[in-house]
Formats: sequence, C-alpha cells, structure tokens
Amino acid sequence: MLPYLPLGPFILQTTGLALLIGVWIGIKLVEKEAIRLKINPDWIYNLVFIGLVSGLIGARLSYASRSLNVYLQNPLSFISLNTNTLSPGDGLIIGLVAAFIYGWRKQLPFRTALDVLTPGLSIFLVFFGASHFLNGDAFGSPTSAPWSIYLWDADRHPSQVYEILAALFVFIIVWKRPLAALGQGINFLTALALTAAARVFLETFRGDSLFWPGGFRSTQVVGLLVVMAALWLMRSWAEPGVKRAEASLPVETHLN
Amino acid sequence: MIRIIQQTLQDSRRWTAVMLAVLLAGSIWSFISRSPVAASTDGASFSSPREGFSAPDFTLDLVGGGQVTLSDLRGKVVLVNLWATWCPPCREEMPAIEAVYKKYKDSGLEVLAVNTTFQDSEGEAAAFAQEFGLSFLIPLDRTGAVSRQYQLRALPTSYFIDRQGIIRSVVVGGPMDDTLIASKVEELLKETP
Repeated sequence: MLPYLPLGPFILQTTGLALLIGVWIGIKLVEKEAIRLKINPDWIYNLVFIGLVSGLIGARLSYASRSLNVYLQNPLSFISLNTNTLSPGDGLIIGLVAAFIYGWRKQLPFRTALDVLTPGLSIFLVFFGASHFLNGDAFGSPTSAPWSIYLWDADRHPSQVYEILAALFVFIIVWKRPLAALGQGINFLTALALTAAARVFLETFRGDSLFWPGGFRSTQVVGLLVVMAALWLMRSWAEPGVKRAEASLPVETHLN
Repeated sequence: MIRIIQQTLQDSRRWTAVMLAVLLAGSIWSFISRSPVAASTDGASFSSPREGFSAPDFTLDLVGGGQVTLSDLRGKVVLVNLWATWCPPCREEMPAIEAVYKKYKDSGLEVLAVNTTFQDSEGEAAAFAQEFGLSFLIPLDRTGAVSRQYQLRALPTSYFIDRQGIIRSVVVGGPMDDTLIASKVEELLKETP
C-alpha cells in the first residue's frame, strides 16, 4: 500500500495517478474502437469529456449542498481543486446522465456507442482496482488464508488483487468480443454481466460491505439484479442471423 | 463454448433457463455469504487510522502542561491534526483550524493538533501556538508513537472523528481551507450525539 509518495514539498497521490493512467489508456482504446465501429471519434471524445466534467462539477455541488451555508460564505471554494470535497457516487450518476443527454442530442446510435466505450471502461476498472490496492480501499475481510495480506491491523483477503484479476479477465473477454457478432450492444452487456457477476462473487471476501436487513450484502443484491438485467437485455438485443450490425450502419451519418 | 452460448442466446427457452440458473446460483452464493456485522468495519471492531475504523487511542502530554486522552473525548467531534512547525502547509492551515474551532467548539468540536515533537522542537511548538494565538489543545508526540500508530506518511494529515470515535474522513496534505474543515465538521456535528 502506497497511497502517497512525498516528492520534496509535494505529495504525489498514487491513487489519482493510477486513475489518470486508467482514463488515458481507456480513452485511447475508446478511440480505436470508435474507428473500428465507424463512429466519429470526436463525438466519443466529447461524450467522455462532458461526462467527466459534469461528473466533477456534480460531485462538488453535491458535496457542497450538504454544507451549503459554509460554501455560500466562501463561494470560491466551489472551484477548489481539493479532491476531499467531492461526492464521487453522486458525481458518477450526474456524469452518466450528462453523457447520455449528449449522446441523445447528437443522435449517437445508443448500443454501438456503448460497445465503443466498453474496452475503455473495462481497462479503466483494472486501474480502479490498482488504485484500491495503492490506497488500501475496498479491503478484504480478516482471514487466516496463506495468501492473506496484513492491512489495517489484520490479516485480510487481498480483495484488491482479486478485483484487479477479475477486471483483467473481463477486459480480455471484452477485447476478444466473442459474442459481438450477435448484435449491437452485446459486447457491452457481456462486460456488464461479467463485471457484476465478479462483484457478486468477490464481495464475499470484502471487509467493508454494507449489510442490509437479513445480513445480505447490498453489493451482492444489486450486482445480482444487474447480472439479470444484462442477461435479459442480451436476449432482446441479440439479432439472430444478422451479421455484425456496424457493417450496415449508415457510415456517412456517423462519421460526419 | 462460445458457439454453445451463441446458440443458447438465440433460443428463448434455453436462455430463460440459463437466467434462472444464474439467479439461483447467485442467490445461494449471496445467502451463504451473509456475514455477521463483525466481518465488516461496521461497529468499528478494529482500531486503525482509516475511514470507517475506530480511531486508535492515545494519551499525550500537552503544551502548557496536562494530558489528554483521545477516548475521553467520546461524544464530541474531534479533529486530530498531525503537524510540525517546519512544515509550511501545516503552518498555513493553522489559522483556518483555529477559526473553525472557535466557531464550533460550543457545538461540540474538539481539536487535537498533535505536534510531531520527535522530529520537531517542543519550544518551537509552544512559540508557534503563542504566535498564532491557538486556543485548542496541542499534544506532544515526543516518541513518535502516535505518528506510527496513525501510519503518518505526510505532513500535515488530519483525521475527522465522529462522536462515537470512528474516523469518518482523512485528509492527507494541505493546507486545508476553512471551508473544507467546516464542511466536514458541520456534517459530523449534525449527527445525533
């Protein structure tokens, strides 16, 4: 675990660095996939950019709304660069909504756009796991297993390593696109189903789960619902007998 | 394998069977994964310097005499700030901490500005407190035990601790401005004592 690296008078946040590398590689893969699927890469760049910026702004506004009087006394704090005053969960939702609205206004083909984003998102999740490994978040439950790691004053499951391995597995599958020929959006749904299934399985070894009544882990319940939704959509999005759909996309429209 | 999945996907009844099997397997796994609360940080069964855990307890001498024990402050919101006089961001954020302390101390805020005396000077810490007119408690970590206990990696580092003694937020580096400090303190003070 190495969350911060002191460099003279500065502190390098290794977690942030891992996430930045993940975003950078993710965008490169998205660009490559956009060209392959004949979608204008600029539109996808804009989609990602709008999602990220809206997410950041939303995360700050959401945090500030919890102590609005404090922020109104110091309005410049709304634009502070401090990452400690962000609400990441709310930011994620706001970013997704903003990206969706952009895609809708640009009339991007929804399912193909999801396929374009899939490799980038999948590789980002590998680096997301690495960021957890670096800062000790998403830690495992106590165990006496021989491969346990000592973290937060206990021998624990190396849940961050499990997370990285699972994300790598999903990325490899997504990159090979074994089911993509069945229709637009199927590669995205494959990634979604596998990622959610991995969370359902691996949550058992986490030490920071949120428990719901009955002792159920909230992530497992939500994860299982996501797996089911993804499988159901796979069935309805699959196009029997139809070759890969992008071949029939009106190319001139999407490359404008 | 892929071929089988592809064929199954194109057969509505077989795919429904797959979905039901996945649902059953997932439900069984979730059921057997139900865990007692002790397996999580909920209830803070472990004491460790990170969010969600019980704040490691300590007793230290204070600048100006006397002692303070962190666990004696249960029921109050506590900001533990580790600092040194030679650390520029530490110096810069002290007036903001003082301002927030003055504003919220009557509502139940306590500040422990733990000076890392093992790598600083007791005299300079006292002079610094006087120069900046700091009215909160300044414990002295003469041996470095508390810094090790809190796995100090960079100065300053601040821990926002709720009324139950659970660390709710950790800010590494600085300087923190008064908005950041006040927003975190206010959120904890709003919670039921």
